[in-house]
Amino acid sequence: MNSRIDERKFRRISRRELLKLTPIVALGAFAVPALQKPLLKAGLGFSDWASGKLFRPGHLAPTFADSDLTPFSKFPINDYDVDDPGVDFDRWTLTVAGAVQKPGDYTLAHIQTLPKFTQNTRHVCVEGWDVIGNFGGVRLSDFLKTVGADTTARFLTVQCADDYYESLDMATALHPQTLLCYEMYGQPLTREHGAPLRLNIPTKVGYKQAKYLTDLKVTNVIERVGYWEDQGYSEFYGL
Amino acid sequence: MSTQAISIENVKTGEVTEAVYEHPLVVRICHWVNAVSLFVMVGSGLQIFRAFPSFGAKIPQKDLINWPKAFAIGGWLGGALQWHLTFMWIYLATGLVYVGYQLFSGNYKQVLFAPRDLPGVWPMVRHYFFFGPKPPVTEAYNSLQKHAYTSAIGLGVLSVLTGFAVWKPVQFSWLAWMMGGFHLARLWHFLIMWAILAFLFGHLVMVVLHGWNNFVSMLTGWKEDPEYLSK
Repeated sequence: MNSRIDERKFRRISRRELLKLTPIVALGAFAVPALQKPLLKAGLGFSDWASGKLFRPGHLAPTFADSDLTPFSKFPINDYDVDDPGVDFDRWTLTVAGAVQKPGDYTLAHIQTLPKFTQNTRHVCVEGWDVIGNFGGVRLSDFLKTVGADTTARFLTVQCADDYYESLDMATALHPQTLLCYEMYGQPLTREHGAPLRLNIPTKVGYKQAKYLTDLKVTNVIERVGYWEDQGYSEFYGL
Repeated sequence: MSTQAISIENVKTGEVTEAVYEHPLVVRICHWVNAVSLFVMVGSGLQIFRAFPSFGAKIPQKDLINWPKAFAIGGWLGGALQWHLTFMWIYLATGLVYVGYQLFSGNYKQVLFAPRDLPGVWPMVRHYFFFGPKPPVTEAYNSLQKHAYTSAIGLGVLSVLTGFAVWKPVQFSWLAWMMGGFHLARLWHFLIMWAILAFLFGHLVMVVLHGWNNFVSMLTGWKEDPEYLSK
């Protein structure tokens, strides 16, 4: 049969059970202005750490048939300030620096002597839209070999003609689908898509795939992560 | 089915009532943590959705709805993503602890919908929605409740799976593929949120209808005077 207790004792038991829920109050820390920022930073940092662990260097992003391509005219152009930073193509070079054996200025013609790869891959924007595009260029890993990059370094950073800047973890930089892209849809990059050279990284979200590249650096230390990351976006954002 | 039942005696009046320990501590903690997580996930999710409130093409963009900022968390896309990518781990961990605890403790038996509950669903629906007679209450959860709570867990699992497909459409390309690709996975993720909100609406209506003792049981674990014990 049931045990029988008096009401006061039952109230005591109930109260004790209620008090056992107090650890949940810890979640209230997210509502405290002074704690909110560091907590969310830690949460995003944990997500980025997990993203890095989930990244598989040999796992390829899905590729698509030509019939799946989004028409070039419907491939969105997202910039942070200007569509065309006015790059002088005749004088353009990619300046390579940092942990590389052959630093210096590389012309587009020089870069194009490396094997060319084209791919139909999905371009995913952090905003939520996605398109399937055709991209052509050289593997970033091939280029890094050419310049004698120290691939044990942690990061690769890029500067753009429009002051945009980005950084990339080395594992993603060495991924076979990560391209220094100079063509879209079989045509040289147009200015608004990042001519003469942009990053195409099917394993990363759009804002990582910087346009109008001017500088590339291999490094272990980064002071700035990226234009959007430094405002609070995910630093890794691997797809 | 009840794990622990006691009789409470009021020393003054001599009145005796029954109480049953319906909700173990782990279940109660998971319930309330999840209530917070769900609030944050939905609020931040809607702010993320505001960045591209469409499931069609980007060009031309046809907005589905201009979701008001007042019903969103995070202030801007980056802020909302911070909330979403932080609380998704809390949401996931809570789900794993809850399901793991239910299975290990055997507590799932009182709430998991099983084939034998099937005949009891329609009489409950008839009672709630079509003024049918009230079926006798024989256990802590009736057939329709079991159906609802079991479905809610299923929706929770789907919200995580569709979420992972949206977050990692390359690393979990098989998940995204199963959902018809990244583009549709995003739509499923959105629809499952609304399904969860529909459950939540029904849940809250029932909480209001079933009164104080029922509500308190999710705080203290003890349900006083449960209907299924009354003679």
